[in-house]
Amino acid sequence: MASLFRYFQPRHLLCATGLVVAAAGTAYLVRRLRKRAELQEVPREPEEPTNPCTSPSPAVRTVEPPSFPWFGIDIGGTLVKLVYFEPEEEQAEAENLKNIRSCLTSNVAYGSTGIRDVQLEVKDLELCGRMGNLHFIRFPTQDLTTFLQMTRDKQFSGLHTTLCATGGGAHKFEADFRTIAGLQLVQLDELDCVIRGVLFMSSSGPSECFYLENPNHPEQCFLKPFQLENPFPFLLVNIGSGVSILAVHGRDNFRRVTGTSLGGGTFHGLCCLLTGCSTFEEALEMASHGDSTRVDKLVQDIYGGDYDRFGLPGWTVASSFGNMISKEQRDLVSKEDLARAALVAVTNNIGSITRMCARNENIERVVFVGNFLRGNMLSMKLLAYSMEYWSAGQMKALFLQHEGYFGAVGSLLELLKSS
Amino acid sequence: MADCSQAGSGRHSMDKSITLPPDEIFRNLENAKRFAIDIGGSLTKLAYYSTVQHKVAKVRSFDHTAKEVDGDPLYEISVQEEITARLHFIKFENAYIETCLDFIKDHLVNTETKVIKATGGGAYKFKELIEKKLRLKVDKEDEMSCLIKGCNFVLKNIPHEAFVYAKHADSEFRFQNTHPDIFPYLLINIGSGVSIVKVESEDKFERIGGSSIGGGTFWGLGALLTKTKRFDELLQLASRGQHTSVDMLVKDIYGGAYGSLGLTGDLIASSFGKSATTDKEFSKEDMAKSLLHMISNDIGQLACLYARLHSLTRVYFGGFFIRGHPVTMHTITYSINFFTKGEVQALFLRHEGYLGAIGAFLKGAEEDNPNQYSWGENYAGSSGLMSVSPDLNPMQRVRSGTFDMLEMDRLERQLVNLPLLQDPSSYIPDTVDLTEDALARQYWLYCFEEALDGVVNRAVASQPDLPQAVERAEKFRQKYLHKLQTLRHQPFAYGSLTVRSLLDTREHCLNEFNFPDPYSKIKQKENDLALRYFQKVVRSLEKLTWEQRQFALVKGLLAGNVFDWGAKAVSDVLESNPEFGFEEAKHQLQERPWLVDCYDQWIARLKGPPHKCALFFVDNSGIDIILGVFPFVRELLCRGTEVVLASNSGPALNDVTNSELQILTERIAAMDSVIQAAIKEDRLTLVQSGSSSPCLDLSRLDKALAVVVRERHTDLVVIEGMGRAIHTNYYAALSCESLKLAVIKNSWLAERLGGKIFSVVFKYEIPPQSPGLRR
Repeated sequence: MASLFRYFQPRHLLCATGLVVAAAGTAYLVRRLRKRAELQEVPREPEEPTNPCTSPSPAVRTVEPPSFPWFGIDIGGTLVKLVYFEPEEEQAEAENLKNIRSCLTSNVAYGSTGIRDVQLEVKDLELCGRMGNLHFIRFPTQDLTTFLQMTRDKQFSGLHTTLCATGGGAHKFEADFRTIAGLQLVQLDELDCVIRGVLFMSSSGPSECFYLENPNHPEQCFLKPFQLENPFPFLLVNIGSGVSILAVHGRDNFRRVTGTSLGGGTFHGLCCLLTGCSTFEEALEMASHGDSTRVDKLVQDIYGGDYDRFGLPGWTVASSFGNMISKEQRDLVSKEDLARAALVAVTNNIGSITRMCARNENIERVVFVGNFLRGNMLSMKLLAYSMEYWSAGQMKALFLQHEGYFGAVGSLLELLKSS
Repeated sequence: MADCSQAGSGRHSMDKSITLPPDEIFRNLENAKRFAIDIGGSLTKLAYYSTVQHKVAKVRSFDHTAKEVDGDPLYEISVQEEITARLHFIKFENAYIETCLDFIKDHLVNTETKVIKATGGGAYKFKELIEKKLRLKVDKEDEMSCLIKGCNFVLKNIPHEAFVYAKHADSEFRFQNTHPDIFPYLLINIGSGVSIVKVESEDKFERIGGSSIGGGTFWGLGALLTKTKRFDELLQLASRGQHTSVDMLVKDIYGGAYGSLGLTGDLIASSFGKSATTDKEFSKEDMAKSLLHMISNDIGQLACLYARLHSLTRVYFGGFFIRGHPVTMHTITYSINFFTKGEVQALFLRHEGYLGAIGAFLKGAEEDNPNQYSWGENYAGSSGLMSVSPDLNPMQRVRSGTFDMLEMDRLERQLVNLPLLQDPSSYIPDTVDLTEDALARQYWLYCFEEALDGVVNRAVASQPDLPQAVERAEKFRQKYLHKLQTLRHQPFAYGSLTVRSLLDTREHCLNEFNFPDPYSKIKQKENDLALRYFQKVVRSLEKLTWEQRQFALVKGLLAGNVFDWGAKAVSDVLESNPEFGFEEAKHQLQERPWLVDCYDQWIARLKGPPHKCALFFVDNSGIDIILGVFPFVRELLCRGTEVVLASNSGPALNDVTNSELQILTERIAAMDSVIQAAIKEDRLTLVQSGSSSPCLDLSRLDKALAVVVRERHTDLVVIEGMGRAIHTNYYAALSCESLKLAVIKNSWLAERLGGKIFSVVFKYEIPPQSPGLRR
């Protein structure tokens, strides 16, 4: 899988079939790639202004972009997601801006827990008339205080008095930002940001959105890019610590349909308790080596095969962790098996609820995002397969490359818009 | 998915040292046939059909063609044997299975039976044992089909089968009235996994979905997390835990509520989310609680999504995860409430544990057409719903050795709704729910206990020539006393506790000890006596002016109703002073204005055109029926109104039964030309109600009655007496005019209604939009 990901790295694809977004009636280009010669121009629908620096009115007008640095931050229950736009070098750049730039871009890891997802970086992006690279950084929410102390030490606050932030932590830690780092947060609605982020990133080109072909075949499964134009309506399933399911009918027309508390935090938390692991990555790694069918009770374990009366194939999980009610079986399973069972249970459950929501909302297109899917090909395959299987091929699971960063991207877009 | 087929702790040891109290448990085994068994993860449910030989009191008219001799009774009473059908269901722990099979083998006389229908995960496991012990061939039936069949059966036949669970309410159990049409509904069976089944009709059901996160997940994951092996113990742990230390709440992320989405701060954002980010030890209790919430919420959410997709509002929950556990009933209820914003209620079933066994039995009994009959829960033989306190020591429950029983009698007639109910789905027969009204409950339980001596004495007196009457009466006393004690602690044991259910339970217990009709002789004597005065009463009424007569008729009806052995105050007077006459009774009555007084409206109505047909639910024998009801009926007939007299099918207290009423009517017809002509011209009809209760449930009436009511275009219903018009049906809304009248012969009740003893209720009601008076 890793190789597949490499093949579909954003930059690679952007260069191949990149997309220019030209707002009709406005000459302003929101984003563009440098190699114009290779570009295929696709006219944008006029009623959907993606340009954060233009007012919705058709009047051609260039808005003064905000001063640097440009950040968007999304403080979730488990992870803080940060996007940083690194503009092309400027001679007149202030010293502390240079500091930020070098500090963030010269490293891929910050402290023991902060990580820059290099493979997700979007290069040569034009935002509000400035060219630059978009960086994606994350660290655990519990290290937020350390982060705030760092920003204070580096005197980020001298540059900006406001920072666009979303996620629950934008409310919970608002005071900490003010008192520790001297930063004034602009609190943005989470769902708003996620949707804006998704629409912005997915309009960047076919690289962002993809689906899985043959999700159930280990050898023949591969990623296929998906053109997410005219995306509405779609169901957006955001799997973070918990899960939110949104029905999106238009840029500003969406509704949280439901959510579930069985999300990434549940998988991670259960793995910590069951296996003694600590990080999400460790838990995933264990799961990838485990066999859940030793932990779960399958239909065939009860009926000796398929349960034909109800069209249930024998491989269907009848009871997650159902074999664990017996001591003998508890003694037989490995930590890896348990991690895998937790992953399968949480993932399949999200799949079921999503499918039911999709049917209730009469929506066939489902987009899964959120950090639970980061590096989690197992879950993506399960979701892809279960959506297709149980809907008899009617529904397709779509995924996005920048899984968990859309809230942060959305809040960055707000910063540019609000200036 | 299915019921759990494996127990957590491995093998069940067979406990052979247990001695069973056989008389109590496997009753009527001699004539048992059609066995079925449902073996689950820990409990076995056995079902069989048997016949019960009962004594019944029969009345037979003497030949009265010869000149009447003074002192000759009107009819003779004989006690005969009658055979009725009964279904027995017994639930016990799997550990007793071998002992129980041995016992059945030893006591099974009837050997016609060749097959035992079996269902449940354990049916395979115990197949050999069953075949060896009982020498019956095990015939395996699909579990889900059995479950649905059983569910349909209890929903149709057992009033107050379904209930809503409310942990913090005055009464934890709020019982639902049987809906005239039980379909469609959703059944969520939470076994080791979850099955979601949509049931559309008797034979049409579909598994529309399911989930692997179910009871097995709670048990299996719980065992891993807490090192606690037993399901019950896990529930105990959970009921003591705090999930907030393990779960990540909305406020843990937002610092408070997420107002714009309407998510409160206490909402769980991520189950077990804190165990991912916090480096600390979590208590077993807290983890178990978090797990319980996670699973219950998840199931509740899926249930709601399916209910919405299929537009279903009746959602029943069953399976071992639910089975009488207050903890899981509470969390599921909470979840359903949350996800549907109160639009859908989680419903549970009193006999949920028996559904599979009932269904398997019904599959084997199809040739007996069990679905053609109506069945009734026998309160004397059924254990009722036991409270399972979460604080109970789990070990106590495990080895409790409790044998739970359900017995259902096949009723002689099919029971249906009165077609004249305004809204059958919202009709509640009982006026006061003693499950909720603690004060009234205390009073009535005390009252019935106080009256017990008298009932016992009368029972003995009714059978001077039959053997062991005293011993049987004593057994009856013990049985009923025990029921009253059970109901004191578990008022919800048989559904909503009501005066009606207390009376019915007493009748069932009396029958159980072969006292079919303790009042038969008293009724006979009273009827004889009253008949002598009939003509005199009619003559004196005829002398009155129309207005005077109408009032006298109503007063006579009310005075007649004072003669009621069911009411303690009256039975005291009657026993001490037999001369207490009709006229005296009239003096006892409250002067107008009565406690409820619609007399003026009634008279105004009578001045209008006659009713097409009146349905009259009669009450007591003797003075009531003969000197109260018949003159009143006679007047209606003279006005040109047809009359249908509905009386009990079987005996209850001193209520006149259908067979007695037939004899009485013949006798009255012989001396009254109006009645005679009405019978000849089919303008006066006698029907039986289908009931043997001093109260009246208008949703369970003889089908034949319903046909007559419809054919005759009945436009007036008269309901007489405390049992039928006060304890039940006081608030019943009918689609035609109705008259509910009674004398309150209980000072406590009278006081509660704001009056004194012998207060009169005369309630004349016209349904909204009825042509009624305007016609």
